[in-house]
Amino acid sequence: MGTFSPGFHGRARGLADKLPPGQYPTESFPVLSAGPTPRVPTETWTFTVTTENGDSRGWTWDEMMALPQEDTVHDIHCVTRWSKFDTPWRGVPVDAFLEDVETAADYAVAVSHGGYTTNLPLEDLLDGKAWVVHTYDGFPLSPEHGGPARLLVPHLYFWKSAKWVRELRLTLEDEPGFWESVGYHNYGDPWREQRTWDD
Amino acid sequence: MAADWRRAHLVERLPQTATARSLAFTVPGWPGHLAGQHVDVRLTGDDGYQAARSYSLAAPAEGERIELGVQAVADGEVSPYLADGLPVGADVEVRGPLGFWFVWRPEQTGPVLLVGGGSGVVPLTAMIRAHREAKSPSDFQLVYSVRTPEDFWYGDLLSEGADHLDVDVLYTRRAAPGSSRAPGRISADDLRGHVSRLAGAGTVFVCGPTAFVEAVSDHLVDLGRDSGSIRTERFG
Ligand SMILES: Cc1cc2nc3c(=O)[nH]c(=O)nc-3n(C[C@H](O)[C@H](O)[C@H](O)COP(=O)(O)OP(=O)(O)OC[C@H]3O[C@@H](n4cnc5c(N)ncnc54)[C@H](O)[C@@H]3O)c2cc1C
Repeated sequence: MGTFSPGFHGRARGLADKLPPGQYPTESFPVLSAGPTPRVPTETWTFTVTTENGDSRGWTWDEMMALPQEDTVHDIHCVTRWSKFDTPWRGVPVDAFLEDVETAADYAVAVSHGGYTTNLPLEDLLDGKAWVVHTYDGFPLSPEHGGPARLLVPHLYFWKSAKWVRELRLTLEDEPGFWESVGYHNYGDPWREQRTWDD
Repeated sequence: MAADWRRAHLVERLPQTATARSLAFTVPGWPGHLAGQHVDVRLTGDDGYQAARSYSLAAPAEGERIELGVQAVADGEVSPYLADGLPVGADVEVRGPLGFWFVWRPEQTGPVLLVGGGSGVVPLTAMIRAHREAKSPSDFQLVYSVRTPEDFWYGDLLSEGADHLDVDVLYTRRAAPGSSRAPGRISADDLRGHVSRLAGAGTVFVCGPTAFVEAVSDHLVDLGRDSGSIRTERFG
């Protein structure tokens, strides 16, 4: 102790149980994206689930909005080190989209408008652990935060919560997505600090 | 197991503006990095409390020496301490290099357009320095948005008119004397000529505060640039 950064005090302590290692709390809502923000009109929006056999099921915006909706509040953790507590979302649990889907897949790739992809074990999307959300804090989700709809997988680093999501592709093998191919951790558990390939 | 933090020893601090500083550290065992990458910097208080933030590398590595550029943000936890509190000769910890997408490699020969707002110029400056060191033939343009002439970073480097580097400075609040453009936020018109000079090829790197990056990348798409050729880094 005392060998680094002499005279540094920092902010109030006491969030230790809510804050994963190496994160800091923020009130603002920073943005991490690799490129421009795609503009996706709800009139042409679709969401598709494709199985390993190529079978697919699709929903238009109105069909998605007609599914049972859930309000859900979570802490979110970005790999760029900010965490935001108690963020309120509204959307459809991923379980609802997979209800009638026959699959032997263990993995999923979330595909976004704009080409972004991210991979997850399928079980991380099931049993009320993930949602397709369209409303943040009572307002339609803004484009820079992934609107009109994004995936929400709050127990993993937030890049796994694919913005502008348009498809879930179910796969038998794990297929690294965009950030996972360029150096980010394949799974991304904030509590185990799985940021990069080295972790 | 989290990847290793390395000890970084502050060897030099230079003012860039009234509130921005260049910091040079020596980092034993530094593995080298690509232009555009960043590090996470970690500070530790006397009681063991730690805080970490990301900072872009402002220059190609010179052996174990790395350079950062830090803008002190009012009420910030980390940036004011780095900018003015950390004594020269003291240590922090760094982790990196990080960032695997917002990078320019000297092997890339296509034309490059860099668009930076405020402290967003830091990783772009690393690219400009790497481009110059490599004597790269690729055409480099920098569009640099700052509030006033006093907010200009890296004055000697970015105004000197190096080969293959065109600098276009846009002032948002108060322009330099003799400047023909009225102060104002960056518009599609400001970018049009630069985009057409790329002739559809190459890469655009955009860096700065989120609102700036959003505005610029929207203009670029409106001007017909393919989204896949626009790489962004948002600082906040
Ligand atoms: C990949 C990456 C690279 C970065 N590179 C650089 C760099 O080269 N140079 C640099 O100076 N910063 C850089 N940043 C920003 C830096 O990581 C910190 O966010 C910034 O220094 C503020 O940290 P802080 O602890 O001082 O403020 P905090 O305590 O985190 O925040 C204090 C207040 O300032 C606001 N704030 C936070 N960040 C900013 C900002 N960037 N501008 C204005 N207000 C802000 C917050 O909303 C908050 O209200 C980078 C960020 C990322 C993600």
